[in-house]
Amino acid sequence: MSEDKAPITRVLIIGAGIAGIQAALDIANSGYEVVLVEREPSIGGRMLQLSETFPTLDCAQCILTPRTVEAGHHERIRLMTFSEVTGITGDIGHFTATVQRKPASVNWDVCTGCGLCQEKCPTKVTSPFDRGMGKRKAIYTLSPQAVPNKPVIDREACTWFTRGKCRLCEKVCPVHAIDYEQQASTTQVEVGAVIIATGYTLYGLENLGEYGYGQVPDVVDGLAFERLLSASGPTAGKVRRPSDGKEPKQVVFIQCAGSRAPETAMPYCSKICCMYTAKHAMLYKHRVHDGTAYIFYIDVRAAGKRYEEFYHRATEEDRVLYVRGKVARVFREGDQVVVWGSDTLSGASVEIAADMVVLAPAMIPHPETLRLAEMFGIPANEYGFLLPAEDNILPVETVRPGVFVAGAVTSPKDIPETVAQASAAAAKVLALFAQWSGVPEAMGISVGADAS
Amino acid sequence: MRIPYYPGCTLNTKAKGFDRAARQSFAALGIELAELASWNCCGATFPLSRDNLLDLAGPVRNLVSAAAEGDKLAVACSTCFNVLKRSNLVMRNEEDKREKINFFIEADYAGQVEVVHLLEVLRDEVGWDTLAKAVKKDLSALAVAPYYGCMFLRPPREMGFDNHENPQILENFIRALGAQVADYPHRAECCGNYIAAFDLDTTQEMSYLILASARKASADLIVTSCPLCQFNLDRWQQDLAMKHGGFRPIPVLYDSQLLAIALGLDVTPFDLDRHYVDPRPVLAEKGLI
Repeated sequence: MSEDKAPITRVLIIGAGIAGIQAALDIANSGYEVVLVEREPSIGGRMLQLSETFPTLDCAQCILTPRTVEAGHHERIRLMTFSEVTGITGDIGHFTATVQRKPASVNWDVCTGCGLCQEKCPTKVTSPFDRGMGKRKAIYTLSPQAVPNKPVIDREACTWFTRGKCRLCEKVCPVHAIDYEQQASTTQVEVGAVIIATGYTLYGLENLGEYGYGQVPDVVDGLAFERLLSASGPTAGKVRRPSDGKEPKQVVFIQCAGSRAPETAMPYCSKICCMYTAKHAMLYKHRVHDGTAYIFYIDVRAAGKRYEEFYHRATEEDRVLYVRGKVARVFREGDQVVVWGSDTLSGASVEIAADMVVLAPAMIPHPETLRLAEMFGIPANEYGFLLPAEDNILPVETVRPGVFVAGAVTSPKDIPETVAQASAAAAKVLALFAQWSGVPEAMGISVGADAS
Repeated sequence: MRIPYYPGCTLNTKAKGFDRAARQSFAALGIELAELASWNCCGATFPLSRDNLLDLAGPVRNLVSAAAEGDKLAVACSTCFNVLKRSNLVMRNEEDKREKINFFIEADYAGQVEVVHLLEVLRDEVGWDTLAKAVKKDLSALAVAPYYGCMFLRPPREMGFDNHENPQILENFIRALGAQVADYPHRAECCGNYIAAFDLDTTQEMSYLILASARKASADLIVTSCPLCQFNLDRWQQDLAMKHGGFRPIPVLYDSQLLAIALGLDVTPFDLDRHYVDPRPVLAEKGLI
């Protein structure tokens, strides 16, 4: 790399969830350029799947979509969605990243986002965005508020790609944007710093056979329940169980499904589940007034601003029934889901004939994180979370100068913590850029040695 | 193929049909189950106390015999399988215990034999596809409830050949034989085990949970590879039918008996007449005997 050339004041952000978007807006609004790469067709990440956020019960989409829209229209943010970073060379100030874009099969430069193709597409498949709770078409956007609001074709589902028939979307597209021949394309981007914010995914509950996930249709995970509660979800916010679409009157929530389980799954606490399960039970009770919500828990960990009060509200105002103990078995009996567990406060065995069971799975790093760790030369811990340079005082720095981390990529985090880290990482990047642009000298400020 | 084989005490006494059906079925599949030249009781329960090494001497002696005859030891009985496999792991992984036991039984054994269950041999050596091709009888009208019990799968980290909470090996076995799997939730619940010796009511109710659940899932019969489970599930059904109105008894077969039937062997030696709940009417009704 040419050391004599001036460092590049442009940042690459990998992952456009709430962390990536927050960092991108902070940096772009400070006057620097951002390349925001997202593997999904549109930005927003996990938060876009959520119904309401704890402890304020804000509508997640309502507080997120202004940011996705701002990021989508920002003159200094270059969105590269449906894309992955496949290579990185160089060092701080002079990175060259290779970004590979998957074929969308739609020419986004021409597409107006009218949605006619999605309306007419005859092929319906189970929607991963809705966690299997709903259907989407073979040509799709993740949500009606997608940014960018341009569709992609799922080549594994589309009958033109699988059976050589249809091409209906091509016929109906008024601007001839459909391009079945589109190939993957590769772009090089030159940046001076990188923020990795690839977030989390959920532990594979199939490994925990006792909870019946994958065997009993009315056992779902927390993210699927978010989609059921969400006004933009497959049931328009009505709680309906998957097997027969009935409104469940008895719902059992099981916390720590794969968390705090050193014998069988992940030993760590996933941190957000106590709060979102309290929220789930509360929102369920708000929608089904004559319903009963049980929560099996080990401890309730409600450390956060107004979190303890939120938990109390769930028990006192919304009459959510907390059972301290683990569940031993979940099975189907007729059209009910029977839960066997223990109440360790009374010492009694508990059997609940429920209509639906909601599991709170452990948060694990996205599987792609390990590939990034290797590519960037950043160590990961034994569970695959990236390691910051130092846990106490360098939480967003990494051992690689110029590469930063934010959000759940380093450990389970809730939204406020993730946003705080994203802004922290943005500040670190801005400190570098300010120094490189000569701003501090102009303002008479000296920058610390660690930013050089 | 020849695999050293450990029948165990029960298969030599009360469950001779289980043993004969296993040997003859495997012979039909081209595998000789070669009974160890010298063997003794496995110990029947794995000694859970950490310092009770004397109880390991019995099972390890069997493993030493097996090591002289091959690198595997095939076992039919779930309990023997559990005890031998776990004793073997002690010899493989715990050096101080290995030294003491070897010293006591005058052997030099380090856990090198691989203890396998007959169902594992079917899965890994024969293969479900090959097994399916060897089936001679049409079992498609027969709904079979797989019953695992406790010893076969647990503790999972030591037994570790199937998911202990959602096992599939018996299901795959039943499907390979061409029968339907009766899906019921209590297939890995405890039958009551030795509690029968001092608290019959508890055992009966534990068994009833399993039996009633299998019946509800429209099973024609249950298969298991544990003689104690077979006894507990089979023995008390008349009592249970008296206690629980409407309960219809359901036959409980050993997995090898069903295998032998599917392979079209002459069932006379397999003691189908020695079950408390006679399996012959339902087998005859389905045209299998």
